[in-house]
Amino acid sequence: MKRDSSTPVELFDAAITGHRHAIGRLLSLVEQGGASADAVSALTHEKSGAAMVIGITGPPGSGKSSLLSQLLKEVVAAGFRPAVIAVDPSSPLTGGAILGDRVRIDATDTATFIRSIATRGHSGGLALAVPGAVRVLDAVGFNPIIIETVGVGQVEVDVTASADTTIVVANPGTGDAVQANKAGLLEVADIFVVNKSDLPGSDDARRDLELMLDLSHMTGQEDSTGRRPPIIMANSLEGSGAAELWAAVVEHGEHLVATNQLSARRAKRQLAELRSRVSDALMDALDSELASKHGADIVVALSDRRITPTEASSQIISRVIRTDERPARPRGPQV
Amino acid sequence: MTDTPIRIVLAKIGFDGHDRGLRMVARILRDAGFEVIYLGLRQTTENVVAVVEQEDADAVGLSMHNAQHLTLAPKMVKSLRSAGLDVPVILGGVVPDQDIAPLLEAGVAVILGPGTSAEDVVRSVREAVTSRS
Ligand code: B12
Ligand SMILES: Nc1nc2c(ncn2[C@@H]2O[C@H](COP(=O)(O)OP(=O)(O)O)[C@@H](O)[C@H]2O)c(=O)[nH]1
Ligand SMILES: [Mg+2]
Repeated sequence: MKRDSSTPVELFDAAITGHRHAIGRLLSLVEQGGASADAVSALTHEKSGAAMVIGITGPPGSGKSSLLSQLLKEVVAAGFRPAVIAVDPSSPLTGGAILGDRVRIDATDTATFIRSIATRGHSGGLALAVPGAVRVLDAVGFNPIIIETVGVGQVEVDVTASADTTIVVANPGTGDAVQANKAGLLEVADIFVVNKSDLPGSDDARRDLELMLDLSHMTGQEDSTGRRPPIIMANSLEGSGAAELWAAVVEHGEHLVATNQLSARRAKRQLAELRSRVSDALMDALDSELASKHGADIVVALSDRRITPTEASSQIISRVIRTDERPARPRGPQV
Repeated sequence: MTDTPIRIVLAKIGFDGHDRGLRMVARILRDAGFEVIYLGLRQTTENVVAVVEQEDADAVGLSMHNAQHLTLAPKMVKSLRSAGLDVPVILGGVVPDQDIAPLLEAGVAVILGPGTSAEDVVRSVREAVTSRS
């Protein structure tokens, strides 16, 4: 059954009836990228858009998965059917990964759909895989969809920041507020959580964040509607703060609708994905062009000083960006 | 697209706090390029089935040190098969020699005991997965 031969259409038909493994298989196709991922996108795109997308980010070990686990209890108690996408880094050396977020999540909750995704190194891969996975989970009826990413690395931050509501987690005593500011997390936060509020220094951490928010208020960086992100104190070993967090998420969702920002945010998300998609396709076409005989000839001409760098690049560009009928990805050696 | 990494779910089922071996195996497999979905302690066979489906995993690795392997490992195999999942179950930990034959008979793919080298862990898991696809 694992390497089964079901087509994306068959998988999708089973997935919308709640077949867990069919959903899991669709997500694998999305992760693989290429033609099968495109087929899944084609099936799910039209049927998606109903789910709220929530991002949780913050430093490794700050308690994102623990907080998520507590938040899930609130979400389920409120009658929702949530799904989670938990992203962890792949080792750049071996390509392997330990996806450990599920350790923190209550094993008896088998109704919540959780998928662990490794970053798999390749540039832009995550930027396409996550929106694709969100679309599958949305189309088969999960709501909300919660994405956990480590708040380091531009792609990870971007992926979480493109959610409808972004939660940034900080800890006491670690200077996280300052770090968050540097990593660009301050601007993307709709809600802050000081997790591990049972540890000493949590009041200081809260004050640091308030200070940072005061500063962004003065420099005019805040939300155009003047909304100030709330700061919630949480202890995710016990679950305190989770109910307030869920209330804040709901409140933010209502705020987005009331101020007509929801569609603008989603358009931004579509734009970001489109941009990654186009840039991936162009990079692929560029790589094959450079690897072709024609590309090699240009490099030789350039090295021999027969053409200028500008001439070389416009020749390459004119072949990569085609205006004729030829496919974007050259089928074999050209010239 | 390049080769998709093998995805394996690692768990301890039942009441058994010996997780050193499983943690070590998780690192060994990560370093060999596997994607390890680590569940850790106190899992149930029912939960492992749900995780394999959601994660579309290629294999299940169990580590057992509480002398419950003769009941729980075959139960794991059966639960997977009745969910239509033909993924191999690999068993490590403390398993007396006389229990190996009945476990293999019950559908456990490989059994690896204390002192298994990293190379043997990697090779056994890879073989168990590729012999099925
Ligand atoms: C360390 C240890 C402990 C530590 C555990 C620490 C921890 N967090 O893991 C502590 C002190 C807590 C402990 C407690 C107990 N222990 Co103890 N413990 C051991 C000991 C000495 C070593 C186990 C170990 O960590 N080995 C090192 C690891 C790396 O080896 P490993 O687990 O075998 O893993 C290797 C392979 O088996 C294989 N592998 C293992 N899992 C997997 C999974 C996959 C997928 C793959 C591919 C490979 C693989 O690869 C690994 C690398 O080679 C063993 C004795 C022994 N020789 O095994 C007893 C032993 C396991 N313990 C035993 C007992 C009885 C207990 C207690 C009940 C004692 C008591 N009365 O309180 C408690 C129970 C605790 C609990 N809650 O379950 C018995 C079990 C008897 C049985 N099964 O019939 C043993 C065998 C000792 C004995 N000879 O009696 N123990
Ligand atoms: N003291 C304390 N520890 C916590 C809290 N939340 C999580 N932890 C611990 O912090 C560690 C990392 O948690 P995890 O949820 O895996 O963090 P993540 O890497 O951000 O997902 C674990 O050991 C948790 O038990 C908390 O509120 N208080
Ligand atoms: Mg985590």
